[in-house]
Amino acid sequence: MSGGFNVDVRQEGSVWILSTHGYLNNIGGEAVSERFQKLHTEGNSIFLIDLADTRIVNSIGVSILLEILEKTMETKGKLAFANCAPIIEKTFQIMGLTQYATVYPSTEDALKALDI
Amino acid sequence: MAHVPEREVKLTIPMLQNMELAASKTAEAVAEVMDLGEEKTAEVSMALIEACINSFEHSKSPDRQVYITFFLKDDRLEIVLRDLGTGFDPNEVEEPSLDRKLSHGARKRGWGLKLMESMMDSVNIESGKNGTSITMIKYKNKTVEKSVSVEVEE
Repeated sequence: MSGGFNVDVRQEGSVWILSTHGYLNNIGGEAVSERFQKLHTEGNSIFLIDLADTRIVNSIGVSILLEILEKTMETKGKLAFANCAPIIEKTFQIMGLTQYATVYPSTEDALKALDI
Repeated sequence: MAHVPEREVKLTIPMLQNMELAASKTAEAVAEVMDLGEEKTAEVSMALIEACINSFEHSKSPDRQVYITFFLKDDRLEIVLRDLGTGFDPNEVEEPSLDRKLSHGARKRGWGLKLMESMMDSVNIESGKNGTSITMIKYKNKTVEKSVSVEVEE
């Protein structure tokens, strides 16, 4: 896997879906954070991070997701994840992230649960 | 009697952005040879990525290299990762807690050791002023009690 990373953003109802592509390290995390910050500043509050095309993360990248989680919680919003590789879901569990953000098997499941 | 070398793979990586992926790829190849299975392979790979980036970020190693040896044993994969940095005292590394980290302004980093210990069956850290050596073990089949040990050279 190369170090290249990008994020696609789309809206489904009130949910903003950020789809990641590549290794979620410090650079990947910052790329997600940048897209999130813009949407959050505009007043959006429900976010789904789709990790279908991210097979590897590291703790620096996930730490940046924690900043996103904190900002979402501060504004009483919601953050969820979908399509996580088993090792990524395990990483989230070890860090306790799954206590605060639900991991859904697919974006469709997530959108249903987020009331869309 | 002829010496039969242990099956081992040596890898040296420079402390550069994303070079931990070279270690991870090697771990995957080694794990495949050992038939470790997908789940254990992913855990080894993740633990190794964390060990590498800890070394990259904190070792202050003058040669900016990480030396990794994979020992392919009958019942387990042992990985020894070494740097020539200034060392650290793992006992002084605070156990991360997400509740604390989610308080406004709190530092979100500091998960590397916890992830390594959670992903592997055994983690031993020896650290001193001449560097740090981390030995991580993943057993092939056995479900063993996890062990973590720390040796700090005075």
